[in-house]
Amino acid sequence: MRVFLQVWRQKNGQSKGRFERYEASEVSPDMSLLEMLDVVNEGLVQKNEAPIAFDHDCREGICGMCGLVINGVPHGSEGGATTCQLHMRKFQDGDEIWIEPFRAKAFPVLRDCVVDRTALDRIIQAGGFISVRTGSAPDANQILVPKENADLAMDAAACIGCGACVAACPNASAMLFTAAKISHLGLLPQGQPERHSRALAMVKQMDAEGFGACTNHEECEAVCPKEVSIDFIARMNRDFAKAAATFRPPKARGGGD
Amino acid sequence: MATAVSFTASSIGKKYVMAVSGIALFGFTMAHMAGNLQVFLGRERFNGYAATLHAMPAVLWVFRGVMILAVVAHIVTSVQLALRNRAARPQGYAKKQSLATTYAARTMVVSGPILFFYIVYHLLHFTFNTLHPNYEVTDLYSNVVASFRQVPISVSYIIANACFGFHVFHGAYSLFQSLGVNHPRYNGALRSLAMAIAVLVTTGFIAVPVGVLAGLTK
Amino acid sequence: MTLNSNCPTGPIEKRWEKRRFEMKLVNPANKRKYNVIVVGSGLAGASAAASLGELGYNVQCFCYQDSPRRAHSIAAQGGINAAKNYTNDGDSIFRLFYDTVKGGDFRARESNVYRLAEVSVDIIDQCAAQGVPFAREYGGLLANRSFGGAQVSRTFYARGQTGQQLLIGAYQALARQIAAGTVKMSCRSEMLELIVVDGVARGIVTRDMVTGKIEAHVADAVALCTGGYGNVFYLSTNAKGCNAMALWRAHKKGAYLANPCFTQIHPTCIPVKGEYQSKLTLMSESLRNDGRVWVPKDGKDSGKRVSDIPEEARDYYLERRYPAFGNLVPRDIASRAAKQVCDDGRGVGPGGLGVYLDFADSIQRLGKKMIEERYGNLFDMYHHITDENPYEVPMRIYPAVHYTMGGLWVDYDLMSTVPGLFVGGEANFSDHGANRLGASALMQGLADGYFVLPYTIGHYLGQRAAGGVKLDHPEVKAAKKSVEERVRKLLDIGGSRSPDSFHRELGLLCWEHCGMARKKDGLEIALQRIPELREEFWKDLRVVGSGEELNQELERAGRVADALEFAELMVRDALHREESCGGHFREESQTPEGEAMRDDERFCYVAAWAHQGVDKEPVLHKEPLSFEYVKLTQRSYK
Ligand SMILES: Cc1cc2nc3c(=O)[nH]c(=O)nc-3n(C[C@H](O)[C@H](O)[C@H](O)COP(=O)(O)OP(=O)(O)OC[C@H]3O[C@@H](n4cnc5c(N)ncnc54)[C@H](O)[C@@H]3O)c2cc1C
Ligand code: HEM
Ligand code: SF4
Ligand code: FES
Repeated sequence: MRVFLQVWRQKNGQSKGRFERYEASEVSPDMSLLEMLDVVNEGLVQKNEAPIAFDHDCREGICGMCGLVINGVPHGSEGGATTCQLHMRKFQDGDEIWIEPFRAKAFPVLRDCVVDRTALDRIIQAGGFISVRTGSAPDANQILVPKENADLAMDAAACIGCGACVAACPNASAMLFTAAKISHLGLLPQGQPERHSRALAMVKQMDAEGFGACTNHEECEAVCPKEVSIDFIARMNRDFAKAAATFRPPKARGGGD
Repeated sequence: MATAVSFTASSIGKKYVMAVSGIALFGFTMAHMAGNLQVFLGRERFNGYAATLHAMPAVLWVFRGVMILAVVAHIVTSVQLALRNRAARPQGYAKKQSLATTYAARTMVVSGPILFFYIVYHLLHFTFNTLHPNYEVTDLYSNVVASFRQVPISVSYIIANACFGFHVFHGAYSLFQSLGVNHPRYNGALRSLAMAIAVLVTTGFIAVPVGVLAGLTK
Repeated sequence: MTLNSNCPTGPIEKRWEKRRFEMKLVNPANKRKYNVIVVGSGLAGASAAASLGELGYNVQCFCYQDSPRRAHSIAAQGGINAAKNYTNDGDSIFRLFYDTVKGGDFRARESNVYRLAEVSVDIIDQCAAQGVPFAREYGGLLANRSFGGAQVSRTFYARGQTGQQLLIGAYQALARQIAAGTVKMSCRSEMLELIVVDGVARGIVTRDMVTGKIEAHVADAVALCTGGYGNVFYLSTNAKGCNAMALWRAHKKGAYLANPCFTQIHPTCIPVKGEYQSKLTLMSESLRNDGRVWVPKDGKDSGKRVSDIPEEARDYYLERRYPAFGNLVPRDIASRAAKQVCDDGRGVGPGGLGVYLDFADSIQRLGKKMIEERYGNLFDMYHHITDENPYEVPMRIYPAVHYTMGGLWVDYDLMSTVPGLFVGGEANFSDHGANRLGASALMQGLADGYFVLPYTIGHYLGQRAAGGVKLDHPEVKAAKKSVEERVRKLLDIGGSRSPDSFHRELGLLCWEHCGMARKKDGLEIALQRIPELREEFWKDLRVVGSGEELNQELERAGRVADALEFAELMVRDALHREESCGGHFREESQTPEGEAMRDDERFCYVAAWAHQGVDKEPVLHKEPLSFEYVKLTQRSYK
């Protein structure tokens, strides 16, 4: 089959970008979309033109590195899948396919469809962890976790940090991502001691990165490749409000003997 | 205090402000609607109801105070959020396809301001009587009936209240999520409830101009 | 030269304790004066960087992805082993040790393996405390399953995402240290050279993959945790970016490479579909618990619809050949058996390169719901990729390159032959011998990173003063310059072929001659072809664009250039090892029934190669292996 592409090309973060049209012929329906782009790139190299830059790594839907907006839908409309899991059989011969980068102020474009998502890392750095020294943990079975909680925590932890939720949200909000981490750790007994400080710190960082706020469009959940539920956003809101109402930072007391 | 400030400065805190002020506004409108519908019970009942309200100025002012606070908080915060959200995506998509959102959700920033102008107009119209200086303050019933006999006024009220329906549909569903007081098990029910409420208030409000036009009032 | 593995002596269960006691310690107040570079943020790298940072060292960590959380450890589905014996089925540290040595076909070092089994229990504690959402039983205790043919249930798992969840745990620990300022993280930055000063590892040279800036970083010790080299084969279950570059750079700077021919071919992958195919996808091995592997008895039936092949015309060859283990034989055996039936012309699917993995019996026995509960996400994944519904038609699978047991040679302390250069995770050769057991790589990565490297690097640093080499040191400048020149050279060739086209060709060559079965003449062909291909590469490569920008072609070119040299050594190693063991199957060395035959007389050693220059023959050094605790036996899974 043959398809036409409208691809966002932008030399670097400073330059202005534009769409370029390409034709991809001899596309096999069994190809993934990224493999189709590989073939297009091979053709561009033959013409001495710069190939289309796009992020990818595992190509099996788990690393969260890939992320294109395909015909207006982050990761394409396969549902519960990443960009690298989208196959050409989902398209028709002669289709025009629009390919754009994830767009958000917090995700500046680096080149073509490659964006900088380190803002998400900084949200985790603000408090998305449980402070445990290497080697200081008690026997794993001393911490009982009710199965329902463990399963729910796993649902939240399934987030691969791809940022599609941000890309899909009309407000470029990162609440689904942030909520997933706050919920994952907040649902486990191990996460309780830092539950409040974590929620406050992560939300603060999320705001500082310039993401928008949630207005409950639910677009994030619809594109999330790991089907992380917006119920976690409600949980985060609840945790955050509780934390804001009750949390008192511990006073530093030095000395001792 | 410091916590309260940083809470309301945060994106989630602002959502709480929207939701709480929204609930206040919604509570008021429900009461207001109940009052309005008495117009169908005849002039005496309706004017009597208005008079009772006016006989308790203290209560009325406390009530108005809360309303003003809620309106200011709701509007100021909505503007802040809208600006923040706009800034979060300086460059939009050439193609964007929505998968889940609703018309009501997407138009909150439109239906909200429409409501604002509508409320101002409505206050000037019936509360302060600035638009129709010849209205008789004590005979609200006649004012209402006379106004709504004019088709343009009725139609604008009907449109505004349709907007209101949309706003309240998304608002009522959304506020539980914003406050984090929902649960996956009840979310479906909540959505139906929001729909029911939206239909109820819209029909409740629209009933008056429609009723007047249809000649159900004397 | 014989290599000194530097193992402690005495009873095996006391060795690690003994070594820890002998170690030099660094005064807590002095730790921050020491700089440690960790390359890689996978399970090994992230856990090492986080733990070293927590101890107070000044750590710099690098990865080529945009976030440390994306290292390919993320892709592991199945699980992680630990000798917890939570299921009360007779497991113990000794049994895990024993299974690993035996599973590795007696080509691993006993002391290392024992330590691995010993710290495995701490790993689970550590990860659980970090909030890794391991599967639980209804009582709230951890759940276990049996995996990869193990006779005990010692595998911990987190849905189908064990690797991702463990990595997120390590990533979060790393994030905590980044926030605390003890670790400086550089993403999208690729190590292109190792800096060696006076024979000691003193830093690395990196390229910023966004701006193209080439930078030197100096340190008191360097740890490479850069993963395996499976992508030398082009098609593998590794991520597209996985590469042998860091290993190869270190090798060229004096670090010996051990057993590069020990590669693992995983039996349950989705078969190749077309020429454009960019990678292979693994289906978790756990599928073999309930799926039955078969092909038609007669090659003439290969093209037929499954429903048209009656039961008696099917050959459940694993059950037939290995009645005791059936479909659960170790990976190398299952892979080879699949190759044999396909070579017989009985393979199914495009090109006859596939065998059936059939769930019809299990669905009938357990019900579709149960199968869905166990494997739902795997079935969905298969369906996504192949557009075939495995609930209705059997899956088709074929072996694919998956893991590399070989790697940089390290001693007991995980230090390479270049002092100050440590190697952890899949990048080293240490613990799996000639074949890795399922769910043991995650264990090894975390063992190295959390519980070994932080000690042994400390011990190394404790013996020397901090600092000394600065960025203006002539060796540092020379290393940086050589990288700049190499990048220039790649850009300036101006030929006609893309890096990927060379990579594909190299991959095919390796798969053909150094894949599941190897024989002398094939290996010799490869040994001749690879240098030729390398020459073509340096003549006819085309890299569009410049070095001062985000240039993915340039990144690929650099990796392929090193793969072209690495592959040669891999083939050479395979050629020299005239025995079959684990993942390395030499057709010349098999029993009459076609099973692998080791030659312990001649090859019971680790082959560690020393680089002498490209196009020059490397020198082989042997580390003899002795087995005091696990008796040398031929593996049998009959
Ligand atoms: C599909 C799949 C499934 C698997 N399933 C299992 C399983 O169920 N159980 C199990 O035990 N094992 C499994 N394994 C094996 C296991 O996942 C790996 O062996 C292990 O995770 C490797 O970890 P690592 O830290 O050594 O390397 P990786 O996780 O690969 O990390 C390598 C790191 O090095 C960095 N890097 C590499 N080169 C450079 C460079 N030149 N410059 C800078 N940075 C560089 C990368 O950015 C990355 O951060 C599986 C492997 C695969 C491929
Ligand atoms: C009687 C009048 C009103 C009622 C009952 C009402 C009610 C609500 C409710 C319940 C919400 C949901 C809050 C949440 O999601 O948590 C909401 C949101 C919103 N309202 Fe109103 N509102 C009214 C008037 C207005 C006015 C006058 C404006 C604008 C100027 C406005 C603008 C908005 C906006 C923009 C939102 C969306 C904000 C968000 O979801 O984050 N509303 N409203
Ligand atoms: S919540 Fe979903 S869409 Fe958002 S980053 Fe995580 S996996 Fe991606
Ligand atoms: S490339 Fe890893 S998720 Fe798509």
